[in-house]
Amino acid sequence: MTPSIPQSRFVTLAYTGYVIAFFVFLALPLVVVAVFAFNDSQFPSLPWEGFTWNWFFGTERPMIGVFHERPILRAIGTSTFVAVFVSILAVGVGLSNAFLFNRYRFPGQGILYIFMLFPLVIPGIVLGISILVFSSRVANGLWDVAEWDVEALRPGLLLVILGQFSFIATISTLVIAARLQKFDRSLEEAAMNLGASRITAVRTITLPYLAPALIGATVVAFLMSFENFNTTLMLVGSDAPLTIAMFDRLKEGSTPLLNAVSLLLMLGSSCLALVMIAFQRRG
Amino acid sequence: MRAEAKLGLILLLTPLLLWLSLLILIPHVDMFLVSLRERVGVNEYRISLANYLTFINEPLYLRTFVRTAVMSTIATIITLLIAFPVSYYIAKIARGRVQSALFLLCLVPFWVSELVRTFGWMILLRETGLISNLLQYTGLADGPVEMLYNDAAIMVGLVYTSMLFMVVPLVTTLESLPDEVVEAGYDLGGSWFSILREIIIPHAAPGIVSGSIVVFMLSLGNYLTPTMLGGKDSLWFTELIYSQFIVRFNWELGAAFGFLLLGLSSAIVWGMLKLTGQTLEKTMG
Repeated sequence: MTPSIPQSRFVTLAYTGYVIAFFVFLALPLVVVAVFAFNDSQFPSLPWEGFTWNWFFGTERPMIGVFHERPILRAIGTSTFVAVFVSILAVGVGLSNAFLFNRYRFPGQGILYIFMLFPLVIPGIVLGISILVFSSRVANGLWDVAEWDVEALRPGLLLVILGQFSFIATISTLVIAARLQKFDRSLEEAAMNLGASRITAVRTITLPYLAPALIGATVVAFLMSFENFNTTLMLVGSDAPLTIAMFDRLKEGSTPLLNAVSLLLMLGSSCLALVMIAFQRRG
Repeated sequence: MRAEAKLGLILLLTPLLLWLSLLILIPHVDMFLVSLRERVGVNEYRISLANYLTFINEPLYLRTFVRTAVMSTIATIITLLIAFPVSYYIAKIARGRVQSALFLLCLVPFWVSELVRTFGWMILLRETGLISNLLQYTGLADGPVEMLYNDAAIMVGLVYTSMLFMVVPLVTTLESLPDEVVEAGYDLGGSWFSILREIIIPHAAPGIVSGSIVVFMLSLGNYLTPTMLGGKDSLWFTELIYSQFIVRFNWELGAAFGFLLLGLSSAIVWGMLKLTGQTLEKTMG
């Protein structure tokens, strides 16, 4: 079936109807979450009790809004902290990997490249527990040998950052390598013919060319870190990032406060996605 | 120059090797070693297969493992069946602006945390939820209907969560199919079914494979959806791993479970790649 081949009206209508139904299915849960953030009730469900901003700005019990709910604000701060570190690490290592696979030929390169893809096919929860097991062994070893108690190696933010980084680095490598592949190396050579050192050539020619991919990789890494659940769940200590904090609340029962947080999350990630698309267009 | 190139190679190789060895290779080997030990006393261990034997001899564990695998397979098939017509529509029927807008719309839900998506389904499906109210309003049901906490709810959540990872590879492969080939099929008198079977599906095979692999893996490793949408009887294998590690503090058994999950997922990925003659580089990279 292509547009050039006539179809009966019924088939065309049914097909279009199916596609519309699909998009309704995609949108429905998100729309519902967003709408009930404004319900003037203790529960995010019908009946509709009227419109309110209280779940955002409310200051009094039982309707304390997001902007006055300390634990949620702290969790957002924790998530941001983790996401910033993860994206810096992932983009840095990704850039280094992209140059390594693009510019050098060395024995074992093919195997190393395949190995680098593995984190994508390892379930997140398994990544989490393996890092948990290994770091505890190192921490216990340090204690046995030198009576050194390294708090950082116990479940906590450092492990969360490392755990998320362990698979996000693969994604940032792929994003940056894809653009480096398209780079015309004679530009770099021209710069060097004009007297630039290799480092200067890379800094002034190649890195600006890579900028859209670097920004894209940063945004993707930030969002993936912010939204990660499985790996974080196994490595989290006492400071819970937002997804974990929301999960704990959701288990106890939900109030429209969670809808309000969710709506803010949706707005935040769409803004970041738009920023990324804008930069991609320019590049 | 030679020495400089070598220094550059070493500098670039270091972060890669540190990352892959310290965060991927060694932790997984360590997890495997932990899964092989059996506690015989306080801080006394010996190497044995006891944890794996526990897995085989305890019906609950084995049943949950099989159930997780079967349900993930079903979720993958349903996702493929729902996504295929939509992807075909986006790739071949929609044109220009509509095409790129529809494609972008498919991506939007996945910029939002899985937690939010699952929460949305909870609001829709629960006893006091929207669908239950709608059914009562239209007279299709007499009282509140609980649609949450069962296997069907898990299935809805899994299919929803994985949709993007099926649509994107399918659209990409279908877009590269020239319209003329489909038209030629019609000119030669093919029915729509034979064209689908002999032209479209073979052409889309790489997309079908990579989409299915990712969806299967994500379903298998999912924790949130089965926990939030599933009932007391619908255990998921990841929930067993979590409870062994965090609740019971039996890391040896938990590590064995983790290794089994990893083994199952790798075996399926490897098997599907072998069956269809694809490679990991092409599918993922």
